[in-house]
Amino acid sequence: MSRYGRADIAALVEEDRVHRDVYVSAELFALEQRHFFANTWTYLGHASQVPEPGDYITVEIAGRPLLMVRQADRGIRVLYNRCAHKGAQLVTDAAGHLGRTIRCPYHAWAYKLDGSLLAVPAQAGYDGTRLKDCETGRGLSAVKHVAIYRDFVFVKLSDAGPGFADYFGDVLPSLDNLADRSPQGRLRVEGGVLRNVIHCNWKMYLENVNDTVHPLSAHESATAAAKALWAGQPDDAPKPMAMEQILPFGAGFEFFDRMGGRVYANGHSVLGVNFSIHSGYGGLPAYEAAMTAAYGEKRAQAILQQSPQNAVCFPSLAVKGSPQVVRVIRPLAVDRTLIEAWSFRAEGADEVLFQRSMTYNRLVFSPMSVVAHDDVHLFETIQRGLNAGGNEWVSLHRDFNRAELDQETQTVNGANEILMRNQFRAWVKFMTLTMDE
Amino acid sequence: MDERHLFEFIAHEARLLDERRWDEWLALFSDDGRYWVPLAGAAQADRDTHNSLADEDRLLLSLRIERLKNPRAHSEHPPTRCQHVLQPPSMLRQDPDAGACELHTPFIYFELRGERKIVLAGSYRHHLVRAAGQIRIRLKRVDLLDVGSALPAIQLFP
Repeated sequence: MSRYGRADIAALVEEDRVHRDVYVSAELFALEQRHFFANTWTYLGHASQVPEPGDYITVEIAGRPLLMVRQADRGIRVLYNRCAHKGAQLVTDAAGHLGRTIRCPYHAWAYKLDGSLLAVPAQAGYDGTRLKDCETGRGLSAVKHVAIYRDFVFVKLSDAGPGFADYFGDVLPSLDNLADRSPQGRLRVEGGVLRNVIHCNWKMYLENVNDTVHPLSAHESATAAAKALWAGQPDDAPKPMAMEQILPFGAGFEFFDRMGGRVYANGHSVLGVNFSIHSGYGGLPAYEAAMTAAYGEKRAQAILQQSPQNAVCFPSLAVKGSPQVVRVIRPLAVDRTLIEAWSFRAEGADEVLFQRSMTYNRLVFSPMSVVAHDDVHLFETIQRGLNAGGNEWVSLHRDFNRAELDQETQTVNGANEILMRNQFRAWVKFMTLTMDE
Repeated sequence: MDERHLFEFIAHEARLLDERRWDEWLALFSDDGRYWVPLAGAAQADRDTHNSLADEDRLLLSLRIERLKNPRAHSEHPPTRCQHVLQPPSMLRQDPDAGACELHTPFIYFELRGERKIVLAGSYRHHLVRAAGQIRIRLKRVDLLDVGSALPAIQLFP
């Protein structure tokens, strides 16, 4: 029996601060796996990862092994990666091709791509048994709630909670802003995935995606080195792509505060509604002409001029329209989180955009990133620091205003910690949604 | 270039990293030298269609090294130490006319920081050139075995 009931969980999140248990309690993590990550919509993968019928990827979400499969009719289904018979995982590679059927390596039970049971060896042994009337006889279990938006595939594991469109609401245009950067409106995952394991609670990482106050101090060593190496260059000297991407991390507090932020119901946000460190990347006239031809001048400009710092599709996805990257947050344990950084090629767009996507991921989100080293170090020290005595609370007071409690969508200054408070308010909501008391 | 001399060069290069003598290490690279850790390891054909854990010219290597010297490189408290354990290199290719060669060196790399220890295995491919009487690195390619697995922060230079 858990010692955390609905009221206890609500008490962990005050209007302007959170209790350390949300980051360090293994018991709360187990409840998150059971309730929170089942009741929220989680990013699974991108449709371009399974282009042909029979293609699959395997992903683990909230401890559940899943299999996303391109169907014979070109639709996408998400199955639990567990043989109906004894539970063996049907496939164990990260990605691959199944052919026309799914065959379990243990006893050769075979399924259609949609998961229905096709054949069982030595079938006669099941004559007269109850096999066909139970879960096992129905074949592989499928995830019921699957939504595909601009080829981004999301799942919700529980029947509770809002439908896809209600859940994400007005943060979905952030995915449009990424997909629309292709004159053909289509993205392809390419260039591989950078996978990081960080010894911290997942919420610290996701909060930091919205933290505009840390770059100046946390990233001082990287930005100081970049500035020193670039010193003496004229203002209009063309920057190597790496310098173009790293130097803006050293922008001052004013810059980050003025970029502005917006929060939406259910924990979502867009940071950098006015501009961001990505706004200054060099123009590409041929690409802009292709965009104008595809969308008309007004819409093309609207797409290209919107370059938020990060949009958060709470709780699993952080999106950068430019430079076309997403980070996927996959909690592994209360103090261990997997962060995946994926690059996209915008079909029909300039090759430089794909190089920007890969370069940014490599410079900022690689296990070898000189920018991330200090972030990761800090997250890992917070995980340990919270075990200290004296103060059991983490501050989220910056720019708190009681009026924010009565509104959903709100546009604020970039340094306003409402972007984090909003995440925790949603955390309580989806954590307790399916709790009895 | 005689092989014994080249093999000593490879061992010397690793020792400079183990001793945190990064400026001397960087000086071993030619002006167009690169340090490359492809994401897909030995299977990776190029750096333009697939990403890398690191793909750095002298400018980016200098950035990495200058950052490590800054007392506010927070992750360097406590400082990271590393140890490269090398197998004897083998000569893959030699072009005496161009003064160039390619060497293959399997390794194990230990990195220690406070209580944390990581171990990586793989092999190097060094493209070496002779310039002004000196051996210089045109490419140090680091093919890790740990392809596809999630990695913790790697602070120094495998």
